[in-house]
Amino acid sequence: MESLYLLIPLSVVLVFLIGLVFWWSLRSGQFDDLEGPGYRVLMDDDKLGDSSAEAPDIAPDLTPDPASSAGENGKKDVSG
Amino acid sequence: MSATQSTYNYKVVRQFAVMTVIWGIVGMLVGVIIAAQLVWPDLNFGPWLTYGRLRPLHTNAVIFAFGGCALFATSYYVVQRTSHARLFAGGLAAFTFWGWQLVILLAALSLPLGFTSGKEYAELEWPIDILITLVWVSYAIVFFGTIAKRKVSHIYVANWFFGSMILTVAVLHLVNSAEIPVFAAGILTPKSYSAYAGVQDAMVQWWYGHNAVGFFLTTGFLGIMYYFVPKQAGRPIYSYRLSVVHFWALIFTYMWAGPHHLHYTALPDWTQSVGMIFSLILLAPSWGGMINGIMTLSGAWGKLRDDPILKFLITSLSFYGMSTFEGPMMSIKTVNALSHYTDWTVGHVHSGALGWVAMITIGSMYYLLPRLFGKPQMHSVKLMTVHFWVATIGIVLYIASMWIAGVMQGLMWRTSNPDGTLAYSFVESVKATYPFWAIRLVGGVLFLSGMLIMAYNMFKTMAGGSTVDAPVLVPAGQHA
Repeated sequence: MESLYLLIPLSVVLVFLIGLVFWWSLRSGQFDDLEGPGYRVLMDDDKLGDSSAEAPDIAPDLTPDPASSAGENGKKDVSG
Repeated sequence: MSATQSTYNYKVVRQFAVMTVIWGIVGMLVGVIIAAQLVWPDLNFGPWLTYGRLRPLHTNAVIFAFGGCALFATSYYVVQRTSHARLFAGGLAAFTFWGWQLVILLAALSLPLGFTSGKEYAELEWPIDILITLVWVSYAIVFFGTIAKRKVSHIYVANWFFGSMILTVAVLHLVNSAEIPVFAAGILTPKSYSAYAGVQDAMVQWWYGHNAVGFFLTTGFLGIMYYFVPKQAGRPIYSYRLSVVHFWALIFTYMWAGPHHLHYTALPDWTQSVGMIFSLILLAPSWGGMINGIMTLSGAWGKLRDDPILKFLITSLSFYGMSTFEGPMMSIKTVNALSHYTDWTVGHVHSGALGWVAMITIGSMYYLLPRLFGKPQMHSVKLMTVHFWVATIGIVLYIASMWIAGVMQGLMWRTSNPDGTLAYSFVESVKATYPFWAIRLVGGVLFLSGMLIMAYNMFKTMAGGSTVDAPVLVPAGQHA
């Protein structure tokens, strides 16, 4: 079964790479808030027509600050 | 943030969305034709339109043309909306569209003409394999480039599913399609030999084959589920935490289910058992995801009554749960001894392909099309409901007939006389299957009719619509 000499090491390498990505996502704060992202995707108004014209005017008031949550591992209030 | 000045790239999404419906009709039409050929063998014409050549055309068309276009359309839409960024490398995105359509056209020409590498779901010859590689690498650049320029730090869970699908399919395609071309045959009449031989080739083939199902037809479409179910329901996913666990559990355990396609073959026994065990483990993440999707509607079940899009999405999850229960059961060696090589397998595949993949695709396209063509909703909501019921009845006829046929075939093949000889000849089981193939054809015709209704609805929605790209929204509620 020589093909297993290819497929098994390939799987081991892949699992190692997946582990790396998992480690990165853990350290970079991807899992800091496991409630908010579910709601945030609903706030993105993608309806066209009447409502879409107004949406961009409303949105800029809520200035995003992606850097703060990306860079730090500090505790965030995740009350949900 | 000056991001509000730019727009999302809806053009490529629009192109892929429309072609999803078109290729869905083509692929399912070929499926209906080969189903009819089993009922009326006289329908095999010439060498070009025989069952043996049309069957790979059907599988390639529904998986890679219909399913592929759906994945491109939805992933390009979702990654832009959830990253709050316009698609990276617009030219390359356009290339993925035209390149993918060229792959499909070349498949539609070369397979009936008899050019095949003979590997299931990877029949296309080497020049097309190279083109697929170019398109797929471009897809990865466009997708991950968009992730890289996102305006929010969190990468929404749907993008994780799409991203893993893109990376894994690249690895699968490269390893399985490793082949040695016969250059003397020329590029217009290509011929190649697999880099692997015998049982090695079979192992690589089904390592590819099952992971193609797992990553192309499952992971990618779970990405669709995690965006379109919450959006259409207007409610957050039941448990965002579970969706993240679902993703990582699925990714870490999927790779080794393939050997269950080779039970009781020359493959070493321990490899078969490993494949069976990993297949059984997969039940847990699969059902976690299914429950997560369906429970999103918890407390708002009433929405299912009038919303045909939700009907499609939630029904697709039910079929997903059903086929991901059935699959691990069929991978158990003693069950497989009965089900293998019978029409039960065909029924299982179609409960996943029609029930899960096609239903969730149809639901997401009904969500996307009005938004892409500047309409408040589809031309006819009533026709969407009609489509839902026609499709559902079609699937039920298809799956039920194949279940009965498959179990019957398996039982007939293993029945032996007291003296040890077989009780039935093969052709007797073919004869007994005949009525069930007729019922399956009816189911297929119904499902295809649903797609024609969808195409009519789509063109009516497109007529007079505006193809304006929506402005890129600054992410709202970052600190909500």
